[in-house]
Amino acid sequence: MSSEAAAEHAVHVHQAPTNPIWRYVFSTDHKVIGIQYWILALVSAFVGMGLSVWFRLHLLNQGHVAQLTDQLSLLVEGSADYNAIKAKIDALQTAWYHMEPSQYLGILTMHGTILVFMVLTTAPMGGFGNYFLPIQVGALDMAFPRLNMLSFWLTFLSFVTLMAAFFVPGGSPNAGWTGYPPLSAVPDSQGNGYQGPGGWGQDLWVLSIAIFCFASLVGAINFIVTTLDLRTKGMTLMRMPLTCWAWFVTAILALLSFAVLLVAGLLLLLDRNLGTSFYVPGDLFVSNKLLVDHKGGSPLLFQHLFWFFGHPEVYIAIVPGMGLASHLLSSFARKPVFGYRAMVYAIFGIGVLGFFVWGHHMFQSGMSPYVAVAFSVMTMVVGVPSAIKTFNWLGTIWGGNIRFQSPMLYALGFVSLFVTGGIGGIFLGQNAVDIYFHDTYFVVGHFHMIMGVAAIFGMFAGTVYWFPKVTGKMMNEPLSQAHFWCTFLGVNVIFIVMHLMGLEGHPRRYSGFAFEFLSSDYMVRMHTIVTHTAIFTASAQVLFLINLVYSLAAGKKAGDNPWESTSLEWATTSPPPFENFKDGVLPEVHHGPYEYSVPDAAKDYIMQHDPPEARPATAPAPH
Amino acid sequence: MSEATAAVAPAEAAPAAAAHGPAHAPAKDDPWYGGRHPFAIDSKKFGMWLFIASDSITFAAILFAYTYVRLSDPDWPLVFNAGSVALSTLMTFVLLTSSLTMVLGVAAANAGKRKQAALWTFATALGGLAFIVIHAWEWSHVIHGLPEGPLPLMWCAFFTATGMHMLHVTVGFFYLTIVGLAYLGGKFKPIDIEVAGLYWHFVDLVWMFVFPMIYLMSTDMTKGFGH
Repeated sequence: MSSEAAAEHAVHVHQAPTNPIWRYVFSTDHKVIGIQYWILALVSAFVGMGLSVWFRLHLLNQGHVAQLTDQLSLLVEGSADYNAIKAKIDALQTAWYHMEPSQYLGILTMHGTILVFMVLTTAPMGGFGNYFLPIQVGALDMAFPRLNMLSFWLTFLSFVTLMAAFFVPGGSPNAGWTGYPPLSAVPDSQGNGYQGPGGWGQDLWVLSIAIFCFASLVGAINFIVTTLDLRTKGMTLMRMPLTCWAWFVTAILALLSFAVLLVAGLLLLLDRNLGTSFYVPGDLFVSNKLLVDHKGGSPLLFQHLFWFFGHPEVYIAIVPGMGLASHLLSSFARKPVFGYRAMVYAIFGIGVLGFFVWGHHMFQSGMSPYVAVAFSVMTMVVGVPSAIKTFNWLGTIWGGNIRFQSPMLYALGFVSLFVTGGIGGIFLGQNAVDIYFHDTYFVVGHFHMIMGVAAIFGMFAGTVYWFPKVTGKMMNEPLSQAHFWCTFLGVNVIFIVMHLMGLEGHPRRYSGFAFEFLSSDYMVRMHTIVTHTAIFTASAQVLFLINLVYSLAAGKKAGDNPWESTSLEWATTSPPPFENFKDGVLPEVHHGPYEYSVPDAAKDYIMQHDPPEARPATAPAPH
Repeated sequence: MSEATAAVAPAEAAPAAAAHGPAHAPAKDDPWYGGRHPFAIDSKKFGMWLFIASDSITFAAILFAYTYVRLSDPDWPLVFNAGSVALSTLMTFVLLTSSLTMVLGVAAANAGKRKQAALWTFATALGGLAFIVIHAWEWSHVIHGLPEGPLPLMWCAFFTATGMHMLHVTVGFFYLTIVGLAYLGGKFKPIDIEVAGLYWHFVDLVWMFVFPMIYLMSTDMTKGFGH
């Protein structure tokens, strides 16, 4: 059996291709593919962030327009003051960042879609997972290297398709990243045929999502098989780093949830192009035309399908960050993860519960209050594994010998943002409260906090922690710390203020200030704070870019294990050779993943592949 | 067990190690120890099972959508008659027969009978092709009989569910043909036939949900055989 297994592992040993096209572009090497995913996510992150700064400027502008219009109403028409203010308003309305309402919705839709799919879904899994899962479990590559390459290039195709939506007649789709019908399902929502929003842009959007579903399916299969089949000798499941557990659970979620999104998108595509009416209700008139002359379908069907995917998707974005945070808190507090097994079960608990709470996105759909309460209770139950994780993180750093280096700062930032965002979730999970909050900025603040920036902080942590392994150079510590503090403070201001705006009842998705109370000084001040902080925070990302370029060119040389961590990626050179480990000889694992500060041990950490004797016989048993 | 003890407690280890050593040291002969496939199956086969798990959820979602729109309408029409049931029963028979030839193909491949296995695989692909031809004929028949104006929901569901299934059969036809040829040419192993067989049985199994849900539950037998 063992020789058979060894032979099977040996099948994956392959020579590095000499042609740079096969080595660096159409590569089957999981490390190259990981970097490709990471770069794709970085580009997407900057595109998505740029769009958000653009519409923040527009919103601030609209605030000023509303205030000036108020002043105008008090003045005599034709007076000098009146004309001066009128000229100011006209100037604001023609500024380069001014948007028409449909354009605003288009940019909003693209911002959400790009960030959710191309950044939050690709970077943690496709990027870091691809690069480090095989190395951390001690494998030479993913289980299916060619499918891995297919997965990346499908994702890239999906990205290009999505970007094309900016440039087609009618421009980007305007139905939001959730693509709710009937708006998304009717081809001529503006009565302009394919010229208006909801034209080709919406079709490309659906197509892009469908391609993305295939890419995710292929990737998920690869991750699951790699985790279970390619662990090296001694790497039992309970010796896997929590990052691997997180990627494993994320892959299961992706396997089971994208399959449903595919159907949601397929039916939408059929409704738009082939005359079905799954989502188009009867009696719906668009541009004075009755679309369906029978009872028609149901927009709610789309919501069910979409959110059955959509809620697990939230966990697809955040769970890898949880795994990484556990990994880093332990490594930089020089203590074992508190309650390793509980952490594993909590990740699984969150994953399983994620499939039973999709209704909490639909409390406003008119669902039966009994159903709503059931979804509400299930949503509250998610708080249990989440709290287990949070308290275990605190337990991990409690009394630790903490090294406040940048990966640790980002990991602590992740925990902080996760808790802050999670508290908003307790409000929104109650169906009665949600009905008030649902269409306000409270929701915008909440999901940006927990699914957006918390996950992004996980990516920052991963980047700065693994940069030395990938490039052989350290990132610049002062620059990283400056970037951390600017970003951490910035996002807290932006999204906490959005919570406050939501409490005051500010509706989301509005491109202007339709109601009197919205143009109050309070709201305009809030918009001003958010927009200014957003510009500041976006500018601070330049620090990160400079740091990447500078460190790549002139960073301090990194040793094999600069952070004194224990997992297998630190057992190989920086950067790792093509076959991951020297001469393709897989290390054998003798220890758990978080053996820090073991009593009586020679060093304050025992690496997973250290010989069995490295752990003193007198030390207490690991988890 | 003795191996595990030896791994954790080297000769010079104190008795304390022996006390807790075996308790936390994983047993080397455990299938989950690492360095081997815990399910003792080829990774390809495991990957196909995962694909099937995902794809069955895709079909479940389509049938859910059908159920959802159907339950929303108390006057759901029963569009099929005894003639349609006869035809879909024939299609079911063809598809199930192709599953049988697939089983024979996998058995032959595992027994090392290369030529025989390839022939059974091609026979399976042909069964799939026959299914597609009958199905396409039925589709054209239905399309010609459609009313003017927007498509009724029953037919939306019919074309989507059977179309998605037919797409899978079409993919399966090419998949089986390629695998059969490559196996005959010595490029593929018996496991590749087996993995293709898994896919094929899954596609057949999906039909066993589509057939009753789309056809039988929408049939009014009193309508007889005409149209």
